[in-house]
Amino acid sequence: MNPIIEKSVTELAAAIADGQISAVEATQAYLDAIEAREPEIAAYNETCGDLAMQQAQAVDAKRQAGQTLGPLAGVPVAVKDNLCTEFGHTTCSSAYLKNFKAPYTATVVAKLQQAGAVILGKTNLDEFAMGSSTENSGFAPTKNPWDTSRVPGGSSGGSAAAVAGRLCAGSLGSDTGGSIRQPAGLCGVVGVKPTYGRVSRYGLVAFGSSLDQIGPLATNVTDAALLTSVIAGHDERDSTSLPNPVGDYLADIDTPIDGLRIGLPREFYTEALGGETREAIAAAIETYKATGAEIVDVSLPHSRIDIDAAGNISSFAVACYYIVCTAECSSNLARFDGVHYGHRTAEKVDDIIELFSRSRDESLGDEVKRRIMLGTYTLSSGYYDAYYNKALKVRRLIADDFTAAFEKCDVLLCPTTPTTAFKFGEKTDNPLEMYLSDIYTISLNLAGLPGISIPAGLSKDNLPIGMQLIGPVLSEKTLFRAGRMFELASGISRLAPPMLKA
Amino acid sequence: MVAQVCNLWLLVVGGTGLQPVAVGGTNEKIMTDNNDNVLPIIGMEIHVELATKTKIFCRCLNRFGDPPNTHTCPVCLGMPGSLPVMNKKAVEYSMKVGLALNCTIAGRTKWDRKNYYYPDLPKAYQISQYDMPLASDGYLEIPLEGDTTKKLRVLRAHLEEDAGKNVHDLPGCTGVDLNRAGVPLLEIVSQPDMNSVAEVTGYARAMQRIVRWLGVSEANMQMGHMRFEPNINLHITRDGKIYKTPIIEVKNLNSFRSLEGAVAFEIRRQYELWQDDPDGFTLEKLGKQNRGYDVDREQTVFQRDKEEAHDYRYFPDPDLMPVVVSSDWRDRVAGEIGELPLARRERFMTEYKLTFEEADSLTMDGPTGDLLDAVVEAGAEAKRCSKLLMSRGLALANEKNCTIAMTGIKAWQLADLAKMQDGGDINATAAAKIFDKMTATGDSPADIAQADGLLIVKDDSQIEKWIDDAIAANPQAVAEIAQGGKKQKKSFSFLVGQVMQASRGAAAPADVQKQLTQKLAE
Repeated sequence: MNPIIEKSVTELAAAIADGQISAVEATQAYLDAIEAREPEIAAYNETCGDLAMQQAQAVDAKRQAGQTLGPLAGVPVAVKDNLCTEFGHTTCSSAYLKNFKAPYTATVVAKLQQAGAVILGKTNLDEFAMGSSTENSGFAPTKNPWDTSRVPGGSSGGSAAAVAGRLCAGSLGSDTGGSIRQPAGLCGVVGVKPTYGRVSRYGLVAFGSSLDQIGPLATNVTDAALLTSVIAGHDERDSTSLPNPVGDYLADIDTPIDGLRIGLPREFYTEALGGETREAIAAAIETYKATGAEIVDVSLPHSRIDIDAAGNISSFAVACYYIVCTAECSSNLARFDGVHYGHRTAEKVDDIIELFSRSRDESLGDEVKRRIMLGTYTLSSGYYDAYYNKALKVRRLIADDFTAAFEKCDVLLCPTTPTTAFKFGEKTDNPLEMYLSDIYTISLNLAGLPGISIPAGLSKDNLPIGMQLIGPVLSEKTLFRAGRMFELASGISRLAPPMLKA
Repeated sequence: MVAQVCNLWLLVVGGTGLQPVAVGGTNEKIMTDNNDNVLPIIGMEIHVELATKTKIFCRCLNRFGDPPNTHTCPVCLGMPGSLPVMNKKAVEYSMKVGLALNCTIAGRTKWDRKNYYYPDLPKAYQISQYDMPLASDGYLEIPLEGDTTKKLRVLRAHLEEDAGKNVHDLPGCTGVDLNRAGVPLLEIVSQPDMNSVAEVTGYARAMQRIVRWLGVSEANMQMGHMRFEPNINLHITRDGKIYKTPIIEVKNLNSFRSLEGAVAFEIRRQYELWQDDPDGFTLEKLGKQNRGYDVDREQTVFQRDKEEAHDYRYFPDPDLMPVVVSSDWRDRVAGEIGELPLARRERFMTEYKLTFEEADSLTMDGPTGDLLDAVVEAGAEAKRCSKLLMSRGLALANEKNCTIAMTGIKAWQLADLAKMQDGGDINATAAAKIFDKMTATGDSPADIAQADGLLIVKDDSQIEKWIDDAIAANPQAVAEIAQGGKKQKKSFSFLVGQVMQASRGAAAPADVQKQLTQKLAE
């Protein structure tokens, strides 16, 4: 493997800033990696090699001219294909937007570019970010680099697989119910879902607007912290973005937190959590104990995960989430009506309603239609109070639980997902089972809290197991330090799938 | 107290039974059957486009009449991923209207999405305010004939974004122009308190005057700045039983003429239909219906709904924060409003003794009324100034198609001019000439009067000389006066005219008459 690929974002940025490696060399190394492994992984919807090379040359020219370089100068990254970019296409992995070119660039992408990052391309996702495996992509699923017969998770499966397969140094995803953390967990990389409002959503094609948040995926915690610090901050184009200044996430990231209190939500440690995941999390808890961290028992009653005699898992949070997100998406996706852009039916239509219906029917996938219908139903007059309003109340209760828990601890620790990566087709026939792969991640989105998924180890089958740290609002700095503590204590960092060694 | 007055008024109108029902002021009535008591019940939604510089949720210009889709951006085009950012000015403008309508301004309000599909609505939802309007529970007091007024209750006023426009005059296709998409729109909903066409148009005109007065909208009907949607039904009492006709909402009326025509037509139409079928043509059986208005035929017409059953699936827009209106903010906006037009008109009538017509004209806009207050402040007599403004001011304003204040007249000029006329320094003809000239040149009226020889000559010897000349030149007239009889009066006037002509208007006619009489008596 090219030694450039073996460098983390932080190391690569330093090497380019020092002139040890040129941005063009770094970009070429990743373009070569894409050529070699992309056919197997299928992480990208579109790569922009020429544009990436131009960006790299500009960075090198800048360095040679002695100009100050941004913190990501020359670092090749990828962005999820639901982030609008003036270059290439913005498809959301939907047939509806297959040929869509956005007329503007998302704030986060512009921030990456300003920081000097080289953008390699747009990564695959479940259509409009609805799914947990990329199997709902309107084009083709992405493969998990650890085992290409398994899913990479989703919806940011392309972004996670690209990082795990070293098809980019770091990437951006979006997380509505776990869409960054879950694929990060399944692909053995670090994934961050920042506090709601910490990162501007301007230019992120909306799925569930009150839940969506953009965040980075990287091979270690420090890289994730660096990428977060670049994209975070107030944006006057996003009314929901927070005005609070962004702290220096890297300043003392290697310094362990003295007296860290880690809460274990007992509702997350029921019979529903089994097997190797349970063991890996137990080992992680022991690792933290060894660093002197204090383990605290806490309760999140409204995020409880139950399993009945027949083995059916249920969760208030999942129920609440699928009312809120479907309601919002039914409205957010209504604009894809075949009138202004995107797919329009070629059939002859009698009236405008038929044009809307046919255009949508022909180009939207089953899961997207399912959620639009669910959301349309829950917002309908007569049902609003029973569903949407009730869900908002549950949402408040879930958030209040977290507030109470954080009076007793600094962070919460739990698994990222109930199982390791599953096989293609394993859950496609049962959408409910697919939804349950997000049981540990969903409550954070409902509560607007930040979370980070970090590799906790590997299963016997050599599949990554992710653990999740959750913090109170705007506690990103604490999460990065706590995550880094684990990396340092456990030695688990920058896990490389076997295909890289071949 | 207010409500009582209102009820009493309703009782008077509703209780007379045998009287014709006024549908268009005093001159248009429908005759009812002898025993029917017909009371029109009318409420109205008025949409007002606010004249903010930019649109409500993006920074595109809010401008009418430019080529299609030239004032658009990812936000008002509804591009995926774009987000709205609230224009604070639009909220302030709406607060002003709410306060002027005596409404309660909500301390906290929010934005909701109204979901429906239409090509001119690129997001497929309109950002509006559903259950927490910015302003609610106010009233507008309108003048009625015979020195009475009526308080019409305002249920709510909420802010929303306008949609774009479908353009149907393209060959073989329909276009969409999104210049208007995202223009701030204030929807003002009245209670069903109006009972005649005159009240409906009075309410609409008073609303136009208020929004213009506040400077929040040009309220230009041709440009679609104001649109009316009255809903009308009749409460008919026959043989002690009350019948209610279906409520008809007439959509999208964009002129006062259409409004007046539509409401008058509906009242007649509903009464006729009800007479044919008193138990069938009722609200109970037929509910609410929408109709359009055919301007050419001056009739309301059946209108198919765009969608069969509307369910807008309102829910709070997660992209926008709730709007918190602090008392400081509200008070600051309230402080900017000042005296309202109807209050000022009333004051001009009582304080300055102006006629209704004068007071009404001078309170059509703010600056013209300010001008009158300023000249009075400067010591001029209000009635005199008003007369000058109503004659020359109004004429110039009409010529230039602008307000009186915009003709260029300055308060100090008008004050000086009024004082000169009241002091007998100039006559009315001279005052009119000076008014026009000083408006154009900006000079003082005294300088203009001096330069143009318009000052009244008070020098008796000069007048005497002109009289002598006139007598000498017109011996026949003098003779006719001396003879008495029919021609005496005419000849006297003739001589006065000759003297006035010689003075080129600078002599006071009263002085001339007095001296001429003396001279002829000598």
